[in-house]
Amino acid sequence: MQCLMVTILEQPLKIPGGLRLSANKSQSLRAPLRQARIPARLYVPLSQHIGEAAEPLVGVGGSILKGQPIARSLSYISAPVHAPTSGRIIDIGAYPVPHPSGLKADCMVIEADGEDRAAPGSLRMEDVFEADPADIRQRVRDAGIVGLGGAGFPTSVKLNPGPGREVELLVINAAECEPYISCDEALMCCRTQEVIDGVRVMRHALHARQTVIGIEDNMPKAISCLQNGLDQAGETDIRVIAIPTVYPAGGEKQLIYTLTGEEVPSQGLPIDLGIVCHNVGTAAAVGRALLQGEPLISRVVTVTGAGVRQPANLDVRVGTPIADLIEQCGGYTDKATRLLMGGPMMGVSLPSDAMPIIKTTNCILAASRQEAPQPLPAHPCIRCGKCAEVCPASLLPQQLYWYAHARNLDKAQDYKLFDCIECGCCAQVCPSHIPLVQYYRFAKTEIWNQEREREKADIARQRHEFHLERLEREKKELQERRAKAKKALNKPKVGNADSKKAEIAAALERVKTRKAKQSVTARNTDNLSEEKQAEITKIDKRRASNPNENRP
Amino acid sequence: MLTAVLAIGILAALFGLLLGYSAIRFKVEGDPIVEQIDAILPQTQCGQCTYAGCRPYAEAIAAGEADINQCPPGGEATIQSLAELLGVDAKPLNAEHGVHHEKRVAIIEEQVCIGCTLCIQACPVDAILGAAKQMHTVIETECTGCELCIPPCPVDCISMVPLKQNIREWKWPYPEDEQRPIVAPAD
Repeated sequence: MQCLMVTILEQPLKIPGGLRLSANKSQSLRAPLRQARIPARLYVPLSQHIGEAAEPLVGVGGSILKGQPIARSLSYISAPVHAPTSGRIIDIGAYPVPHPSGLKADCMVIEADGEDRAAPGSLRMEDVFEADPADIRQRVRDAGIVGLGGAGFPTSVKLNPGPGREVELLVINAAECEPYISCDEALMCCRTQEVIDGVRVMRHALHARQTVIGIEDNMPKAISCLQNGLDQAGETDIRVIAIPTVYPAGGEKQLIYTLTGEEVPSQGLPIDLGIVCHNVGTAAAVGRALLQGEPLISRVVTVTGAGVRQPANLDVRVGTPIADLIEQCGGYTDKATRLLMGGPMMGVSLPSDAMPIIKTTNCILAASRQEAPQPLPAHPCIRCGKCAEVCPASLLPQQLYWYAHARNLDKAQDYKLFDCIECGCCAQVCPSHIPLVQYYRFAKTEIWNQEREREKADIARQRHEFHLERLEREKKELQERRAKAKKALNKPKVGNADSKKAEIAAALERVKTRKAKQSVTARNTDNLSEEKQAEITKIDKRRASNPNENRP
Repeated sequence: MLTAVLAIGILAALFGLLLGYSAIRFKVEGDPIVEQIDAILPQTQCGQCTYAGCRPYAEAIAAGEADINQCPPGGEATIQSLAELLGVDAKPLNAEHGVHHEKRVAIIEEQVCIGCTLCIQACPVDAILGAAKQMHTVIETECTGCELCIPPCPVDCISMVPLKQNIREWKWPYPEDEQRPIVAPAD
């Protein structure tokens, strides 16, 4: 049994590098968290998570109830999809989805009936705090819960530390470090109980010895809400720790460093240190699923930016088109120039607002020209090293850029490309306005692509080898057949007299046996009348005198 | 003097024996460089390099009979890797052998197919499914895009189509040829 010691530091550390950015969270926090309207049509993508896409369970035309599973997961790293409201499936096909590629992906289109009737659920667990962790994981899996912080990794997988591994520390990531995004803050203030329930369930499922909620110190209201909630619940073991506000303190590895001083190894996972980290929104979703029986069909989304009239946090059903959501926030202002999913640092540009909210959408930013400025033309790198100063992963961004730019992917990997969290600090401070993160993203996806190509090439090689082997075998078989036929032809036709005689005798013998088999013995020959007997004798006589007569 | 000669002689004999023994004991079957070259080649098995497949080409490169710039499906990336492996200078793709383009797959127009099986015999990776006088079809995931099935088809029902992009295998573009989507949201 692996046992690791993790101590929570009294004084949280400051991450290396990072930037102090203006938070811009107050705009969306002015109004309280409210329920978003259910649109007439919802577009629910089958893949809203890392891993395999789900497989539809309901066909076109099928009626569905809210919370009913409409697509199931086929592999371990996958998550099912549930109906966000009651209605009818009107189409299953490719529709635009919020993804940087701008490609379409398979979605189930639901026509809401407006009644929002719920299906009888089976997710709720009465005795969840006594339940077997495996049962909890199964329910979390059935509820379709994925990490709501951004990446969308199936939560049930992260609730399984693996055999022989103990969880020393459960970290709940409530840092929410990116500017403009305030969905977690709104959630913690308005749905404190759900959050605390979820954290307790997660702690039980992981058998975590210590639990800590890491939250940036610029959210005093959320901190006090959580602390009060924990005090009321009598939870003294769950600690709320305020960490220094610096972007990106909410990165998983950064938060763990801030709280414990431990560094997650390169290419490693927090579990290697005995730590598991979950987003606070994910915790709330777990609490909601296991204590209230509702699968993951809605999430809190921040709609903000100078481009939208009434910035707010809304509880939105998955599948709601972004256009619908913007409309509920008063529509666009004249300043809107760019639409982003996510914050200004890590968000991706969306080509249109005809895309749905998915499980991992935390923020819709309708940005003005000032908020998301047009990228300036890039100049050559002057090797000033500012990027290295701000890199929270302590990498050398200028070297990564150098090799990514030259498409020297092996070298980029040597400089730990895959430890880059794409936070965008380096690009923000670059005096040459080089789109550094774009280069890293290019290099990462290119490397993955090459790996896939290599795998495909290996399969092609095997298939080709098999093909050649098959041709060889067929050729050999043909030759063998030919040789056999030839041998049969070349068999000596004329032998000596004895063998000929023997052959004739054998042939005669064969004929005899065949005739014997065919000959018929008369039946019903007893008790014949004299007349009949006379007739038979006559025929026999005739046959005897005429041997050529056909016999049976 | 004699001792020195003896000592050197005995040592030489010892080392000779040791080397002789290891040459037999640790003999490497086949040419490892061929394996390494073959691992870099894209395994399209198209024969555009004038050899009967990727492995024969790898053997030819190893024997110094072929140049490293004869593989159009591999393109610059393959030439680069080969140059690195063999310690020679990279050179541009030899246009005699064809041009590099994004990977494509063969597709059979099934209404036109007469079921002659000629393409099945031509496919180097057995990626075409069918039988005599039955419709044929290409197993897309196994197709290497070698185009060897196109010439034998008597009814010209096979065409090459670019691979459909899907989100899972989508790549971020190289920044310099990127057009940033800046769209004013419709009001």
